[in-house]
Amino acid sequence: MEAQSNIQRLFKPLISWEGFLLFALILLFIGNSISSPFFLTVNNQINLFQLSIEKVIVAVIMTLVIINAEIDLSVASIMGLSACAFGWLFQMGVPAAAAVPMVLVLGAILGGFNAFWIAWVGIPSLVVTLATMIAFRGMARVLVEDRGITDFPDWFDGLGQNPFVGPFPLAMIVFFLLVAIFYVILQKSTFGRQVYFVGSNREVAEFSGVNVRRVKATIFIASGLISSLAGLLFAARVGAVRGDVALGFELDIITIVLLGGVSIFGGTGTMIGTLLSILIVLNLRNGMALSNITGHIQTGVLGVLLILSVMVPTIKQFLTKLFGAKISGEQKELKNE
Amino acid sequence: MLESINRKFGPNTLRVSILVLVLVLMVLFFSTQIQNYLNPRLFVRISTSVSIIALIAVGQAVVVMTRNIDLSIGSIIGCTAYFLGGIMALYPNIPAFLVMPLAMLIGAGFGMVNGLLVSRFKLPSIIVTLATLAIFRSILVQSSGGRSITTASLPVWLVDFARTNAFEIAGFQIRWMVVIAVLVVVVMHIFLTRFRAGRQFYAVGSNPDAAEFAGINMQKTVLQAFLISGALAGLAGFMYLSRFGNITVVAGLGLEFKAVGAVVVGGINIFGGSGSVIGALVGATLIDLLDNSLVRWELVSEFWRDAILGLLILFAVAMDAILMRRLNARRKKPIDEKVQDPQDAISTNGTTPKMEEK
Repeated sequence: MEAQSNIQRLFKPLISWEGFLLFALILLFIGNSISSPFFLTVNNQINLFQLSIEKVIVAVIMTLVIINAEIDLSVASIMGLSACAFGWLFQMGVPAAAAVPMVLVLGAILGGFNAFWIAWVGIPSLVVTLATMIAFRGMARVLVEDRGITDFPDWFDGLGQNPFVGPFPLAMIVFFLLVAIFYVILQKSTFGRQVYFVGSNREVAEFSGVNVRRVKATIFIASGLISSLAGLLFAARVGAVRGDVALGFELDIITIVLLGGVSIFGGTGTMIGTLLSILIVLNLRNGMALSNITGHIQTGVLGVLLILSVMVPTIKQFLTKLFGAKISGEQKELKNE
Repeated sequence: MLESINRKFGPNTLRVSILVLVLVLMVLFFSTQIQNYLNPRLFVRISTSVSIIALIAVGQAVVVMTRNIDLSIGSIIGCTAYFLGGIMALYPNIPAFLVMPLAMLIGAGFGMVNGLLVSRFKLPSIIVTLATLAIFRSILVQSSGGRSITTASLPVWLVDFARTNAFEIAGFQIRWMVVIAVLVVVVMHIFLTRFRAGRQFYAVGSNPDAAEFAGINMQKTVLQAFLISGALAGLAGFMYLSRFGNITVVAGLGLEFKAVGAVVVGGINIFGGSGSVIGALVGATLIDLLDNSLVRWELVSEFWRDAILGLLILFAVAMDAILMRRLNARRKKPIDEKVQDPQDAISTNGTTPKMEEK
């Protein structure tokens, strides 16, 4: 018995969802490196990040939204509207350097608009952000109609396209900074504990004196702000904006976060899980692209992964029933494969 | 006065009447704004496009009643329309009366995947259908190899079906599509309100634990909801194929959001247990009428359409939430005195089905 519990203790961190993700990531790295010699180069790794950097930036704040037992479907539309607002302001003659902060303020206001209906009026976030997803996208279309806006100043396009520090582009630095900041906030700060608390049991949190409205409002405003930052980075990287910027990104973003082990019912999940999930999704897509698998099929594969990821507890339960109660650490490890 | 109205009609009747009133006001408003607005052609255009949305809104309503959501509808429509088109091109001699059941069967097959995953494995429906939204679409892309279904390859009767009238009243043409959609709504409404098997959907959504104690088979009921949603999406896929003829791999993309929009505007509580399919039909009509009218309104550019639509959905839901809270506060007092059922007194969302039955 003593030996067994020691084994269990040893394997415990590995049995966790993050451990499993890490394991999957290592497998993926090995598989991809065997199939292509160019895979494990710094350039390829930066490149695969760069291709979906805006999505993964938003996934960071979406982690907090979902831990808080809410959902934000409007992020992609806020990205689109911000990019279009930037293009529109630029076309109206506002210098790009002034337009950037204006757009960021707009993003925070859009997030605040969501927050008002969710936290004060008390409408479910699924409904509110579904409606604002349509509305914000519509406003983006109003601003640029069916044109495309290009010819931004060189420094602006350069921020999105050229390396900023060493080989790393600005967006990637922003991403890692955000991961670090939100890791600290979520895992170490009072506010982070409140996010978990409200997410796991809103009523108890309310009775314990947590200002639930303020927590929710802060998160949704942050979600708006970061989405609009991601929209700007998208505009800089592509060097042009259109009404359909970031259309449909919300599904990818939510998939990444859920795959990272954040429960859709709120209260659980970590920033490390999201980070690992981001690495897995990016590397998987890159690997599949290297083996000539098209975009739609890649998304389908991610869908299968998403279902499997929420099925893990069920499979565990099933196997426990099958083998009786005496499951050792090794067996659990086997199951995770 | 509000009190007496409140007692005579349930919140649902009240809500549907208000929505119908808004609908009428909207038609009147647009008829003053748009020249030659009220004509039979508008009726035909709106009624045929509402038929498709109404079918999936009804399916979505049943799923939402059980505290679930079906986001994969758009992909099911796309798949059904595409595969059905493929089958019809290969075997044009399939008798017409078999095609609709075939479409519903294909759709129900997809719905079964959702339903089994949600009911047997107890997985959250929002995750499952988010995943199957992508999976079904990728199945479609993979099996199509990028080819499209074209009108020329379909049997003539199928293409003509969307343009065939069932009958005509005072110059208003009623298409077969519309007849079928209305029939589905009426049958589903009677089924959900008058039959034991239909009431189970409300029971499961309004209080799962109580439903289980009452001997309702949860797994079966949730599975049935997804089967209904899938079958109706399949039927909608048939209509989509008939109406548009040319089907590419992106067919039906984004229709799931229209269905959810119609359902929430129609007053179906997203947390389950309440609402009616009549509400879903009126919600679908409102959204589609607005969509179609804004395009023709000269005062605002057509690009405003989505912005206005989204804000109106939000406004409708907010009004509904605030009104229902008020009504419920009034309703609560007499119930509190009697304290028949603690659940009733505690309940904060104004639309528990027990109250609707009165």
